[in-house]
Amino acid sequence: MTKLPDAEKLCEQIVAELKPRIGPKSAMVGLYTGGAWLAERLHPMLQMKSPLGLMDIAFYRDDYAARGLKHDPKRTKIPFDVNGAELLLVDDVLYSGRTVRAAMNELFDYGRPASISLVVLADRGGRQLPICAQYVGARVEVPSGMRLRLKQEPGGKLVLVLEPERAA
Amino acid sequence: MQRNPQLNEKGELQHLLSTEGLPREILLQILDTAESFAGVTEREVKKVPLLRGKSVFNLFFEPSTRTRTTFEIAAKRLSADVINLNITVSSQSKGESLLDTVANLSAMQADIFIVRHEFSGAPFLIARHVKPHEHVINAGDGRHAHPTQGLLDLFTIRHYKKDFTRLTVAIVGDILHSRVARSLIHGLTTLGVPEVRVIAPQTLLPAGVEALGVRVFHDMREGLKDCDVVVMLRLQNERMRGALLPSAQEYFKHYGLSADKLALARRDAIVMHPGPMNRGVEIDSTVADGPHSVILPQVTFGIAVRMAVMSIVAGN
Repeated sequence: MTKLPDAEKLCEQIVAELKPRIGPKSAMVGLYTGGAWLAERLHPMLQMKSPLGLMDIAFYRDDYAARGLKHDPKRTKIPFDVNGAELLLVDDVLYSGRTVRAAMNELFDYGRPASISLVVLADRGGRQLPICAQYVGARVEVPSGMRLRLKQEPGGKLVLVLEPERAA
Repeated sequence: MQRNPQLNEKGELQHLLSTEGLPREILLQILDTAESFAGVTEREVKKVPLLRGKSVFNLFFEPSTRTRTTFEIAAKRLSADVINLNITVSSQSKGESLLDTVANLSAMQADIFIVRHEFSGAPFLIARHVKPHEHVINAGDGRHAHPTQGLLDLFTIRHYKKDFTRLTVAIVGDILHSRVARSLIHGLTTLGVPEVRVIAPQTLLPAGVEALGVRVFHDMREGLKDCDVVVMLRLQNERMRGALLPSAQEYFKHYGLSADKLALARRDAIVMHPGPMNRGVEIDSTVADGPHSVILPQVTFGIAVRMAVMSIVAGN
């Protein structure tokens, strides 16, 4: 059994790394569901001025033709002007890179950001696209057939968990 | 038991033909998805790439402006290609059968057919004959069903009233000819609205309407008491056969929604109308343009609801 890193500690580590880079144009967008929890945690710790954006990439997925629309897409809310913003795109786990690609496509429908940096709690490798994260909590090896994801416990505590991949 | 013709073998929505017989989960899935699309329609770029490369055929065998236009906008916001066919002046008048028309469009690589037809059941007939990857959405068939209108009404009610399970909803007017009323009643009862009322003269009520789970009122003042939602229906002059009503003025007196009648409903009641309105016949201008009216938001919500329906069926 792989020993998983402590998600709460990783949050503090990411905040320490990000804090000196936050400027007046910085803004944050979290990806549902795990990335949104993470962003909701990081955003106040970084004392960012612009409100937090939350995004569901359901309408931009590249596997819609094969899998259809997922059942309960959340409403994307970007409560700041994307044009010229230095964006921190936050997700829990970076794997194939397809979610990030979809998220970037959606972001550009809101405007032209000055830059986008990717912040992830865990990078499990296995990229299928030329995408990399600028801020990584930890690199985690995940056995094949397993899925790494973030969970939020009832008290709000964040934990990384391994679970069997759902059948496609 | 025969499978619901709208659902595939996994119980997912394959076609949208009627709200009748649709499970609660699917109604809620459509409303929840529409909620997310409502966000898209408020952005600068009101388009998502979901249906890129798909062809949507608007197949209107009966005239319509609003419904056809909102379907067209919805399809375009999903990045689909939209082809509008005005059938009344084309093949049908040359004698082509309904299924031949559809087979020809299918040969042109259609993915979704939006069908409006004066005959009840026409979209069902088409749905039975299309290929597995093709989807049919009923945009109104005869007196039978208009499911996307019913769904956008449900969406509007949920938007303003949040919880279906405490509401009293009154539907007023020409229930007999109204496919909108039928679709809405099925949706409301499935989603647990405890009291659905229909208010109409006997001549404008279908026989056995109580079987749909509604309370019948002939006196509008009595029926509007303590309602949370008032849905006015258009008096369908073009569907009138024989003398169902004495006159439009007489009708307005008894069944038109005026400010004094609306005052009998709850203070925070909303007033809806599927359009097009006959001002001064079923609804007074002061009410149609008044603070209780949500008639124009209904039109806006209709786009998000149609985006939701198209993207759900095309993905299944």
